Amino acid sequence: MLGSFDFDVIRRSLPYLFYEGMTFTLTLTALSALGGLIFGTAIALMRLSGYKILGRIAGLYVDFMRSLPLVLVIFWFYFLVPYIGQWLTGASRPISVGAFASSLITFIMFEAAYFSEIMRAGIQSISRGQPAAANALGLTYAQTMRYVVLPQAFRNMLPVLLTQTIVLFQDTSLVYVLSIPDFLGAASKVAQRDGRLVEMYLFAALVYFTISCVASVGVRRLQSRIAIIR
Amino acid sequence: MIEISHVDKWYSTAFQVLKDCTTNVAKGEVVVVCGPSGSGKSTLIKCVNALEPFQKGDITVDGTKVNDPRTDLPKLRARVGMVFQHFELFPHLKIIDNLCLAQEKVLGRAHDKAVTKGMMLLERVGLKEHAQKFPAQLSGGQQQRVAIARALAMDPIAMLFDEPTSALDPEMISEVLDVMVDLAREGMTMMVVTHEMGFARKVANRVIFMDRGEIVEDAPKDDFFGKPRSDRAQKFLSKILSH
Amino acid sequence: MTYNWNWGIFFQPNPMGTGTYLDLLLSGLVLTLETAVLAWIIALITGSIVGVMRTLPSRGAYWFGFAYVEFFRNMPLLVQLFLWFFVLPEILPKAAGLWLKQLPNAPFWTASIGVGLFMSARVAVQLQAGIGSLPRGQRQAATALGLTTVQGYRYVLLPMAFRIILPPLTSEFLNTIKNTAVAITIGLLELTGQARSMQEFSFQVFEAFTAATILYLLVNAVVVTGMRILERYVAIPGYITGK
Repeated sequence: MLGSFDFDVIRRSLPYLFYEGMTFTLTLTALSALGGLIFGTAIALMRLSGYKILGRIAGLYVDFMRSLPLVLVIFWFYFLVPYIGQWLTGASRPISVGAFASSLITFIMFEAAYFSEIMRAGIQSISRGQPAAANALGLTYAQTMRYVVLPQAFRNMLPVLLTQTIVLFQDTSLVYVLSIPDFLGAASKVAQRDGRLVEMYLFAALVYFTISCVASVGVRRLQSRIAIIR
Repeated sequence: MIEISHVDKWYSTAFQVLKDCTTNVAKGEVVVVCGPSGSGKSTLIKCVNALEPFQKGDITVDGTKVNDPRTDLPKLRARVGMVFQHFELFPHLKIIDNLCLAQEKVLGRAHDKAVTKGMMLLERVGLKEHAQKFPAQLSGGQQQRVAIARALAMDPIAMLFDEPTSALDPEMISEVLDVMVDLAREGMTMMVVTHEMGFARKVANRVIFMDRGEIVEDAPKDDFFGKPRSDRAQKFLSKILSH
Repeated sequence: MTYNWNWGIFFQPNPMGTGTYLDLLLSGLVLTLETAVLAWIIALITGSIVGVMRTLPSRGAYWFGFAYVEFFRNMPLLVQLFLWFFVLPEILPKAAGLWLKQLPNAPFWTASIGVGLFMSARVAVQLQAGIGSLPRGQRQAATALGLTTVQGYRYVLLPMAFRIILPPLTSEFLNTIKNTAVAITIGLLELTGQARSMQEFSFQVFEAFTAATILYLLVNAVVVTGMRILERYVAIPGYITGK
């Protein structure tokens, strides 16, 4: 009950929760979003390139990733990455890459599938007249994409990409299954150690909720500003 | 039958859509409401069956006060038929089911009775063979005739038409107007928002001209077309009759 | 050191004494499906109610719907499951908390309700968008015929809205299935959980995860095919969706 609520356990663990846990969570979120965006754009361009085989491979990758639970993918990469490392470097043993690198690779590969779908929709939302006009001016395919299509598409999909990043921020909590001290993992460790599950999990929920809420309000503001500009 | 007295309506404190509107429609009378777009004519007609709320004044339909909070609005609306600019047939229901839905759910008619009534009305608007089709399989003119039949299936005491031909391709307008003319000649009480002055000349008893939320002119048909008293009505008439 | 493949592992007995490793995985699959179906039922029912509330003219209903969606959307599913599983029994009155803790199959019920409520917020958003995409006149037409608000939703708005949002609902159902894997953290031995325990017992990590992956892909294919059939079954002749 609330009477026996121990606020002090939260206060005592704040440095650990934020310096270790939240730093891990935010770094993982930011790098995964960046990597996912780059890789996702590449996949989207493959799908829209007009080369059948390239498009098919990219499509299969997206469908495959989107069919699997993130937890399973986390396990997959956790066990698979050391072997890939061994194969790449020709080492005699599987290479241990550490929890952070393993999670980062997982989230980049996984989120790229989702980001690429957003990119694809964004690119397709640009009217056909635009690339035609760029071609007519003598721009190459790459130049057309770089200077005409992508800048416009990016603005259209920015709110969706940011919303997906908020989802990604929440999803990083799933590295809990690897016993990694991200924010939730750190909270959980304190909770188990001090037997203070109620306090720690409620606090973790509050922190996630506040950050996600503030971020979504920001996205909504941005969305209405973009809507006015257009 | 329909009495509108001193109705005011604001969308916001700054924007008044209806200003002190007063008129009435007697039993069996056909009244055409016209005016430029944004004049409030659609809003006025939607106030009659309380689709739009209004802040001041009174509207009475067949002795029932529309703006009385104790009024059973669904019951009142069931007795006043309404036809919309964009038909508003229910796309997921077959034509005959569009006609039966409110008969059964609102009036509580048995299904076979509702079907019989519906088929009779479809025959009347010349669409009996389309009963088993879906709205999207019909042309605009056909859909609007179905919409009229759907309203008639409720045995209304009056009919409201909100620009019933404005969304139609030109070649389909007359088929809808023909149905409306027949209805008028049979003595149906009708309030019609429309720009079809030919229809007004043919069957209207009175014409109301609205502009900027006000009823500027409310005159018998012959007076209105003969010598409208206001400048605004004259200008409007010359614009829409000049082609 | 290379990995020792052993595909025969599936037909070797598992240490739980419940048959082979394949049986272990299949029992996980069954639990995944049971959890997902129950969660989906909860998500559809509560999500529909909340989604409808967000489209009602009442401000109170709108704000309740808004708060509900924001609450469930802005916390990681994993954290929500922890709240239901670890926190709720502690903050309830003693007797109720004790009853919860002693509930058999607690992970199953927690996962179904937790995932269900999490998904209900997304169903609500989809349904709100679906209802919002219908022409405004549809609601007015239903009202004008005398249908009550409940009848209007039941017979006119919801049948169309659900047809429109069927494709996104398919994705949300697939998400529900995938999200049940999060319940591995509260000890639910669903498909991913069983693959994980097979890996721990047998050390054949890649065989275990490959099998789980194939099973997830199969479930996906079945659901997508089933929903395609459903979409075709409820499609309205002549009506083009997504217009």
